[in-house]
Amino acid sequence: MTLDSLYVKETKAISRTKGSLLVAESIPGVQFNEMVDVRLATGEIRRGQAIDISKEATIIQVFGGVSEVDLVASRVRCKGETLKLPVAKDILGRIFNGLGDPIDGGPAIIPEDYLDVNGGLVNPAGREPPAEFIETGISAIDGLNALVRGQKLPIFSGSGLPHNRIVAQIIRQASVKKTEEQFAIVFGAIGISYDDADFFMQNLEQTGARERTVAFINTASDPVIERISTPRLALTAGEYLAWKEGMHVLVILTDITNYCEALRELSAMREEIPSRRGYPGYMYTDLATMYERAGRITGKEGSVTVMPILTMPDDDITHPIPDLTGYITEGQIVLSRELERKGVYPPIDVFLSLSRMMKEGIGAGKTREDHNNVFMQLYAAYAEGCNLREISTIIGAEALGERDRVYLNVADRFEKEFISQGEVTKRRVEDTLDIGWALFSALPEEDLKLISEELIKKYLPKYAREA
Amino acid sequence: MGKIWRVSGPLVIGEDMKGAQVYEVVEIGSDRLIGEVIGLEEDKAIIQVHEDTQGLKVGEEVKGTGTILTAELGPGLLGSIYDGLQKSLTVLLENSPFIERGAKAFALPRDKKWHFTPTVKVGDAVSEGDVIGTVPETHLVEHRIMVPAGMKGVIKKIAEGDYTVVEAVALLEEDGGGEKELIMMQKWPVRKPRPYKRRFAASKLLITGMRILDYMFPLALGGKAAIPGGFGTGKTVALQQLARWAETQINIYVGCGERGNEMADVLHSFKKLKDPKTGRLLLEKEIFIANTSNMPVVAREASIFVGITMAEYFRDMGYDVLLVCDSTSRWAEAMREIGGRLEEIPGEEGFPAYLGSRLASFYERSGLVECLGSPERSGSVTVTGAVSPPGADFSEPVTQNTLRIVDAFFALDTTLANKRHFPAINWLTSYSLYVDGVKDWWSEISPQWEATRATALKLLQQEAELEEIVRLVGPEALPESDKLILTVTRMIREDFLMQSAYNEVDTYCVPLKAQLMLQTINRFYELAQKMLDSGISTAEIRTSPIIPRISRMKNIPNDEAKERIKELWSEMEASLVPQRGGVV
Ligand SMILES: Nc1ncnc2c1ncn2[C@@H]1O[C@H](COP(=O)(O)OP(=O)(O)OP(=O)(O)O)[C@@H](O)[C@H]1O
Ligand SMILES: [Mg+2]
Repeated sequence: MTLDSLYVKETKAISRTKGSLLVAESIPGVQFNEMVDVRLATGEIRRGQAIDISKEATIIQVFGGVSEVDLVASRVRCKGETLKLPVAKDILGRIFNGLGDPIDGGPAIIPEDYLDVNGGLVNPAGREPPAEFIETGISAIDGLNALVRGQKLPIFSGSGLPHNRIVAQIIRQASVKKTEEQFAIVFGAIGISYDDADFFMQNLEQTGARERTVAFINTASDPVIERISTPRLALTAGEYLAWKEGMHVLVILTDITNYCEALRELSAMREEIPSRRGYPGYMYTDLATMYERAGRITGKEGSVTVMPILTMPDDDITHPIPDLTGYITEGQIVLSRELERKGVYPPIDVFLSLSRMMKEGIGAGKTREDHNNVFMQLYAAYAEGCNLREISTIIGAEALGERDRVYLNVADRFEKEFISQGEVTKRRVEDTLDIGWALFSALPEEDLKLISEELIKKYLPKYAREA
Repeated sequence: MGKIWRVSGPLVIGEDMKGAQVYEVVEIGSDRLIGEVIGLEEDKAIIQVHEDTQGLKVGEEVKGTGTILTAELGPGLLGSIYDGLQKSLTVLLENSPFIERGAKAFALPRDKKWHFTPTVKVGDAVSEGDVIGTVPETHLVEHRIMVPAGMKGVIKKIAEGDYTVVEAVALLEEDGGGEKELIMMQKWPVRKPRPYKRRFAASKLLITGMRILDYMFPLALGGKAAIPGGFGTGKTVALQQLARWAETQINIYVGCGERGNEMADVLHSFKKLKDPKTGRLLLEKEIFIANTSNMPVVAREASIFVGITMAEYFRDMGYDVLLVCDSTSRWAEAMREIGGRLEEIPGEEGFPAYLGSRLASFYERSGLVECLGSPERSGSVTVTGAVSPPGADFSEPVTQNTLRIVDAFFALDTTLANKRHFPAINWLTSYSLYVDGVKDWWSEISPQWEATRATALKLLQQEAELEEIVRLVGPEALPESDKLILTVTRMIREDFLMQSAYNEVDTYCVPLKAQLMLQTINRFYELAQKMLDSGISTAEIRTSPIIPRISRMKNIPNDEAKERIKELWSEMEASLVPQRGGVV
C-alpha cells in the first residue's frame, strides 16, 4: 500500500493559474480552507490550501508559488484537513521552517497532537485579566510602560534602530517575582535576514535559553507565502506549551511588516478590493486573530505573552501596519530615531509608548506603592520639559525663566539618567523608581501635585534621609 | 431546504434556495452554523455566516428557519455576557474555555424560575406595551412584563408565583377571537426598531461622573454621542467609565471587534464595583456583549443591533438605558468586508455606499420616548459610540458619517494622550448640542454653571492663542496678566479636566463637586488678579501653598466636597491678599 491511497480526493483538471493561485475543477468533498498537495510533473510536491470552493471550481493558494505547474500533468490531492501543527513537548529546543518542518537536522517530531494553526477561540468570559508584572530590567519599560504576563505588547521600530538588541536584552533579563514556574520562548522569524535570525539564535544560546526555545524561521530568501503561516505556527506552539504544558510563554514575532507585505501581495493576487495603501480591508481582523492569541485563561496555569516587532515604513506611526497593530495590541513600545542619535540606549520614546495593562501589574505588593504616582509625575515633568525645549530652540534657553530652566534640565537628565541605561544594565524596579525620585528632588516641591503628600514624605530623598 | 454551492470566506452561496427571504436566518452544514440571507438571485441565496466557515463543503445542507434574526427579551438579561448573536458566553463556558464552532446557548435560561407578581386582574382589557406583571430580576431592577407588540384582548387568567420564561403567566382572550398564552419571554427582530408612542427632545442631564462631560460637554438622556480617537487615546476607558458610573437604570456595554483582555478586565471589574447610590453590585444593572476582534467578522454586524434591541426593550419598561459601543468602526469594517466579497461598487475607502444610512439606523434608535401601553411612562436610550479612525485622521468616512448623525462629539486628541492628559478629550474641538437643553437642570444644582463654564472655556481658548505667541517669543516675554492666565488655565486643565479613571475617589465626580472645583479655580483667578494689580508677580503667586491644595481637591470624597472645599475657600481668601501699598 502506498501513502497515495490514503488520499481520498484528487483532480487533474487544472484550468488556470494566476499568481500563486491555481484554479481547478470542483473537487467533491473538499473543505473550505482544506490543505492540498499539488504534485508537479517532476514529482515535486507543493502544499496548498483551498481558499474558495464551489460547484464550478476550486481555487487553491499554492505555497511556494506556481512556477513549473502545468495544466496537463499536475494534480491536486486533498489531505482531508486544515493546516495543522504536530506538537509534543520535544518541540522545545527545535527549529522549524515556515510550514512547520524541522530544519535543524534533527528527527521528525513524534506528535502528541495535531493542532489547527488558527488556534481555538477563547471565550472572552473565560479569560483571566493579565496582572503579573514582568520585570524586564529596563526603566523606560518597567517604570513607565510595564509589561504583564498575557499581554500583547509590540515594538514599533524603524529600520536601523536597535529593536533586536532591546528584545534580546528583554529575553536575557526578564523575570517574574515568583520564579519557580516554567517558562519558554517561541521565536517566529518572518522574512527577516539570515543575520538577524542568527543574532537571536546566538543570543538565546548564550543566555542558556536555547533549550527552552522553539523557533520557526522564514528568512528573506524563503517563500513569501509561508510568511502567512509562520507566525500562526509560532502562536500554535506557544498555545500548546501554555495551555497543555502549563508554561509561561513569550512569543516573539519579527518582523510583522514583512507579514503584512505578504498579506498585501496575496490580496492583490486574489484581486480583492484594496483598502488603505493597498493593504486588504480585512488586515485588522487578520492581525487580530494572531495578536489576540495572547492572554491567560481562568483555571489554566500558563500564559501567552506576545511581543511582535515591526518596522514602521518611513518611521510613520500612522502607516496601516503600526496603526492597525496599535488598535489591537495592549499598547506599544516605540523607538525614536532622535534619541538614538543622541546616544540614548534604549531609545524609547515614552510619549508614544504605552502599556495598557500596566495598572493591573503595579503598585503595593506587586512593584511598589509609589509606582503609579511616580509614573504620572514623571510624564508630567518630562512633557513640560520637552515643551520648553521646543520653545527654547527658537528663543534660546536664556530667554526662559528660572523655573522653566529647571524643567528643561530635568528633561535632559530624565533622558540621560532614567531612559538611558545601556545594554548590559539590569535595573530592579525599585531602582528605577528611585531614579524618578532623584529627578523630583530638582523640582519645586509644590509642583509634585500628582504624588500624594504621604508618599512625598516617605520617598522624596530629603525626607527619606531624615526618616 | 438548499445546499451549499460555494464558500468564500464568511460568505456562502446556497442553491435550491427558492422560498428563502432576505434576512432569513439559515443553519449551515452539520455544525448548524448561523447565517443570514443577504441577497437572492433566482434559486441562489447569498448568505453571510456569523461563525467560522472553515471546513464547510460544497453540497452540505442549508436549512431555512423561517425567521429573521431575533433577540430574546425577558428576565435573565441583566448581568449576562453574550456574544454577537446573543448566545450566553457564561453557558458556553461550562464546557470549555474555548468556543466550539456551531455551539449553541440560549440567551435566557430556560430552567430558572422568576417570581411573577401580576399588576392586572382577570377581566382587564390590555394591549401592546401594557405591563401585566413584574419580576424582581435583581435588587436594582424590577423587570416589567409587557404585552407583546400587536396583541390586544382581555385577561382571562393571570398567574402569581414562580415561573420560567417559557411558562404561561397569563391567558389572553384576543379581540379577534381565540386565546393566547403569554409567557415572560418575547422575541424581537433585531434590525427593526421597537415602537413607542412619541419622542421628546432630550433635556435631562445624564450624569456620568466625568467632569469634562457633565460640566463642559453634557450628554442628555436619550442623546447620541460619538467618541472618536486614534489608538490608545482613551475611548475604551471612557466608555467603561460611562458604563460604570452613568446614572441610568440599565447599562449595556457592546464590545464590537475589540480586545479579549479588555473584555476580561471589564467583566472582572464589574464583579467588584458597587453602585454609589445603593451599594449594590453594578453587575445588577449591566448587560455585556463581547464580540472580540478574533471572533467571526459577520457577528459584529449583528452585535450592535442585538445590543440596541435589548436597550429599547428596557426603555419600553420606562427605564433610562445607556448603550455604549466599542467600536463602531469595527462594525463598519465588517460591512466593508461583506460588501467587498459581494463585489458591490464601493463608496469612499471601500466602505459600502450605505455606510451612512446604516450608521444612522443604529444611532437613530436612541431617544427619550413616551412608551406604549399603560401605565403611562417614559424611557430613554442614550447611545455613545467609539470611532477608531485609521491614523487618527478624522476626515475618514466612518468619523465623518457619524458626525452628521450625533449631537455630541467628544474628540480625543493623540497629543493629549501622549502627555498622559486623561481623559484626552480636546476642549477646543469637542461639542455638545445638549448644552441649552440641560441648562435648567444644571441651574438647580448651581445657578452659576453657565457663567463658570463659559469663563473657563474662554480662558482655555485664550490659552491656545497665547501658546502660539509663547512659541515665538518665549513665556517670559508675556505681560504679567497673560502669564497669570497661563497659570490659571494650567490649573483648569490639570486640576479640573484631568481625571484619572484609576483613582479610587476621582474616578467618579458628582456635579456639585465639579461645580465647586471649577468655582474655586475661578475665585483663585479673581484673587490673583488683585494681587497682580498690587504689584505681586505671577512667579511669586505661583509659589503660593494654596496651589497644591487646589490641585488635591480631586481627592476629596464626593460627600465631603461641600464642606472641605468651603474650608479651602476661606483659607484662600486669607492667604491670597494684595500687597499693602500696592496699586489697587
Ligand atoms: N481617564 C483615564 N484615566 C487614566 N488613564 C486613562 C484614562 N483614559 C485613558 N487612559 C490610559 O490610556 C490608555 C489607553 O486607553 P484606551 O484603551 O481607552 O484607548 P482606546 O482609545 O480605546 O484605544 P484603542 O482604539 O486602541 O482601543 C489606557 O490603558 C490608560 O492607561
Ligand atoms: Mg479601545
